Amino acid sequence: MKSLFTQKQLNITLERLAHQLLENHGDFSDAVLIGMQPRGIFLSDRIHSKLKALLPGAVIPYGKLDITFYRDDFNTSNELHVAAETDINFSIEGKKVILIDDVLYTGRTIRAGLDALLDFGRPGSVELLVLIDRRFSRELPIQPDYLGMTVDSVASQKVKVLWKEQDKKDEVVLI
Amino acid sequence: MSLSVKHLLGIKDLTPEDIDLLLRTADNFKDVLQRPIKKVPILRDTTIVNLFYENSTRTRISFELAEKRLSADTINFTASGSSVSKGETLIDTVQNILSMKVDMVVMRHSASGAPHFLAKHINAAIVNAGDGINEHPTQALLDAFSIREKLGGLKGKKVALFGDIMHSRVALSNIYLLTKMGAEVIVCGPPTLIPKHIEKLGVTVSYDVRKTLEWCDVANVLRIQLERQNKPLFSSLREYSLYYGINKELLDSIGKEIVIMHPGPINRGVELNSDVANSKHSIILDQVQNGVAVRMAVLYLLAGKKDEAFG
Repeated sequence: MKSLFTQKQLNITLERLAHQLLENHGDFSDAVLIGMQPRGIFLSDRIHSKLKALLPGAVIPYGKLDITFYRDDFNTSNELHVAAETDINFSIEGKKVILIDDVLYTGRTIRAGLDALLDFGRPGSVELLVLIDRRFSRELPIQPDYLGMTVDSVASQKVKVLWKEQDKKDEVVLI
Repeated sequence: MSLSVKHLLGIKDLTPEDIDLLLRTADNFKDVLQRPIKKVPILRDTTIVNLFYENSTRTRISFELAEKRLSADTINFTASGSSVSKGETLIDTVQNILSMKVDMVVMRHSASGAPHFLAKHINAAIVNAGDGINEHPTQALLDAFSIREKLGGLKGKKVALFGDIMHSRVALSNIYLLTKMGAEVIVCGPPTLIPKHIEKLGVTVSYDVRKTLEWCDVANVLRIQLERQNKPLFSSLREYSLYYGINKELLDSIGKEIVIMHPGPINRGVELNSDVANSKHSIILDQVQNGVAVRMAVLYLLAGKKDEAFG
């Protein structure tokens, strides 16, 4: 097991990602954040609270998206996935949507996320923010717009992002 | 996490964990049904046949809608106008339909145990949409979902089932489900419509409508099923209505809020008066709406078991 990010490094990276979003989206008047259930939510929660601290008084629309019913492996996987909550209580019509997930691997989750998102309306644009990009494992043509760290790994390895809220500490490890 | 069963034949076979999983999954589907696009692609390569050997409005439309909302392909079969009238057996009919690559069967039949029989002979997941006087599991699930939505849970809640307990598959499924989930149940009706020894299922019997209403949080009023009574079990509908019917006057005199439910179709003026059925305490139409979400959960969770069950 190899540690890729310690708590301190992770915090610096989250600060950088929040500032990059500010750079592109200014006061967030026409941009929205959408975290991907289940584990992308920890990252999107952090990004959302960092943005709120950087933009006092601004309302940053923030939703959560579950992609269980949009998966492409329903008939091939033996594991049945239990859905989590989807909570998008604002219109995404014409908005600049920033999708947030912790690890970008095959790209299939994001593909499903795009499909699910389009059922809520027609966004003006969609961008992708991920903490970890496992760049050599992609199965679909999907790339991040905002990136914490690139990891070169093989399929037998696992990248796990740990969060204080769930796993008692902030760390990213390669197993 | 998945269901412990391959088919949904009855609530009797389910564990409390199964019921909880079904209700939680139905929450997710209820959310889907509030969206601008009320549809998800998950069952797009699943084909489902709805076999209705007995009349139905709500259940049939609800299942068909649930299937369409999950993007499944559907076929509707009703016994009238089919080769059943030429004497084709149940197994032959279903085998022929399944040979056209159908994955799941939703069946309603007037014979109790028909889906259980089918489950032994065919290679597909079966959902019981009501079998004779045995069970109607999806109705009990949607009733439970509606109670949980209205009162915040099932455990410790006091639910009274009124009316024709003897012939009601809705009653039996509700009794199994509510007792498994820790609710208290009273069945109330005329002695001729309450089966002997029903206390063995963990319910209390009452013949007093007023006292039962004073006790309960939820009144689930069942339909008088004249079509299943071979001999008269009460003198007249008027008499039944007088002693066991629920009307606004009676409810008002009790002076507490009771959630009113009915599985439909209502015999207005018999078991339930219109002034109650249309009142704000009635969640009858919420039940119907929730039925689609609950049936989506049943189909999704059973379709997910396809490979391990039949692979």
